[in-house]
Amino acid sequence: MARSVKKGAFVDVSLAKTIEAMNKHFEKKVVKTWSRRSTVTPDMVGHTLAVHNGKKFIPVYLTENMVGHKLGEFSPTRVFKGHSSKAAAEKTAAPAPPPKAG
Amino acid sequence: MARLVGIDLPREKRIEVGLTYIHGIGRPRSRKILTAANINFDTKVRDLSEEEVSRLRQAIEEGTPVEGDLRKEVSINVKRLMEIGSYRGSRHRKSLPVRGQRTHTNARTRKGPRKGAIAGKKKPTAKT
Repeated sequence: MARSVKKGAFVDVSLAKTIEAMNKHFEKKVVKTWSRRSTVTPDMVGHTLAVHNGKKFIPVYLTENMVGHKLGEFSPTRVFKGHSSKAAAEKTAAPAPPPKAG
Repeated sequence: MARLVGIDLPREKRIEVGLTYIHGIGRPRSRKILTAANINFDTKVRDLSEEEVSRLRQAIEEGTPVEGDLRKEVSINVKRLMEIGSYRGSRHRKSLPVRGQRTHTNARTRKGPRKGAIAGKKKPTAKT
């Protein structure tokens, strides 16, 4: 079920404060955040946030199109490099991935 | 001959069902449209009068988009997901399930027919 509109979009308080502070001083700096669960709000547009993916921070430049999505959506947590030899050899016949890049 | 939003409706069916041949209209919306246009659900498509067809056309236009417009809207939405680099967009790009379904098995609707190693594996077992 969707979140009640009455409550508004969820943003972690700490993150909301940082963004507000930056907007006040017209600052644009990359802020590290672990708050993947926060929604992108209109006042975040134009900022770059480094969103943690469990291992490192992925820089995400926020655009208008991203409003309403969660930060975590832009910072993938899983690495999939394809299946091993046999399957990969067969797969290379169809799509693009290089066979065995050193 | 009832021709609505660019497609012909099946002539021998009840209009309630006939309308569902339009992309974006299912049974519930079909009923809503018919109520709005004040047409009996049980009327056969071939028995519709010109005037009734035009009322239908109007009722359909008032609702949410159908057919081409709807398809366009959907593809624009998908394109947006892909462009902003979101997880859902990447799932669309790889043509895998978007909403967190398992892909170890199943997911054939998105992945398409089985191919490759799996088919090769099955044959030897079938021999015995």
